[in-house]
Amino acid sequence: MVSFFDYAIEILPEMLSGAWVTLQLSVVCITVGIFFGMILGVARVYSSKFIYWIVTAYVEFLRGTPCLLQLFFIYYGLGDMGLLLKPILAAGIALGINTSVYQAEYFRGAIQSIKPGQMVAARSMGLSKWKSIRYVILPQALRLVIPSSSNEIIYMFKYTSVAFAVGVPELLAQADLTGAMNFRYFESYVVAAIIYTIMVFAVAKIMSTIEKKVTIPGLQLAQ
Amino acid sequence: MEILRILISELPQFAKGTLVALEVLAGLLIVGLVLGLAIALAEIFGNTLIKFLATTLRKFLWAIPQLVLLFLVFYLPFDLNRMLAAIIALGLCSSAFQSQIFRGAILSIQSGQLEAAKAMGLSKPKIIFYIVIPQMIRLSIGPWTNEFSSELKDTSLAYVVGVVEIMRNAKYIIAYTYGNTAAVYLFVGILYFTLTRIGTSFFYRLEERLWVPGFEKRSG
Repeated sequence: MVSFFDYAIEILPEMLSGAWVTLQLSVVCITVGIFFGMILGVARVYSSKFIYWIVTAYVEFLRGTPCLLQLFFIYYGLGDMGLLLKPILAAGIALGINTSVYQAEYFRGAIQSIKPGQMVAARSMGLSKWKSIRYVILPQALRLVIPSSSNEIIYMFKYTSVAFAVGVPELLAQADLTGAMNFRYFESYVVAAIIYTIMVFAVAKIMSTIEKKVTIPGLQLAQ
Repeated sequence: MEILRILISELPQFAKGTLVALEVLAGLLIVGLVLGLAIALAEIFGNTLIKFLATTLRKFLWAIPQLVLLFLVFYLPFDLNRMLAAIIALGLCSSAFQSQIFRGAILSIQSGQLEAAKAMGLSKPKIIFYIVIPQMIRLSIGPWTNEFSSELKDTSLAYVVGVVEIMRNAKYIIAYTYGNTAAVYLFVGILYFTLTRIGTSFFYRLEERLWVPGFEKRSG
């Protein structure tokens, strides 16, 4: 037990540098995911039939394939065709795309749960379609989407660990590295698991705080 | 089309990989189901200590990324078959999610039913087996289908500990056919997509089949 703690403290600097990369990677992916998720979600509700079908096919196909595969497609597949991206960039793009299609579904759900009468009312007040979306629908949808969206954020935070498979030096990769250098794999992974757990609990706490801060009292989902 | 010829000649290889992936999937879903159900029942019907232990276990399993748990189990101080390690690790992660599904389903059963069963003189285990579980199964198939499809995709994570499933097979095929990386991965994508679709449509049908006419979820 004592030797484990000594070892944990010895490898802590490397692990924390990995945790820092994990944090940066997830901030990028999650931001990209929410931004594109919102656009895709709006497109699935309010766009023309043609765009609707394209967006739906895109979202459904990506939701039906593993994240690891998308990452390999972007890193190895595009690399093979001459577009070689840096591992961290490939991971950011792949994970961002992956999380954006899940976010899109949550945004779609939130937008559709707002009573259609609101859109009709906004249009009859003379607002353009875009302005009705921007000023009437989205401010409500963004609040309604937070519980499901924050689940996806936490999920994606944990899922950044797949970036290890293309050699991004994030927390899991650092655990692998220190494990290999000292031949103490199991203990390295225990340290990684502890750091991940602390970070995930912290992210969950932050999300629930945000959720409480932005709720509008009395606003509920349409039943 | 050179690539089509390669893909067709490699179909048996993909089929083997798919079978392995399905084995991992079946194994991890069973591990997750048994442990998830145990956690859910413990959290609802257990005494204070059991409740606390079950909740703590669920929270930790929920917070640890699948890959980390996968490596932890793989590098346990005793030797474990790769496949078994993948099944146990992914199953443990799945149990945290499945327990939430079962817990939600059980809590949506009207409490009057439990009181009525108690008043009829049924013991606690009998209430669980004859009243709670039959309804819980029907109520949880829907959300469970989501978990099924996300775990089907997560079987690809077993790749990292060297289980020769679909992704690992794809990698081999790319290596010995020199290149075609993007095309092979695109094909693998279509394969996963098809598997997910077949699986979910099966469970949708099962849900309809098992539904008791007139039996409704408590709304709101």
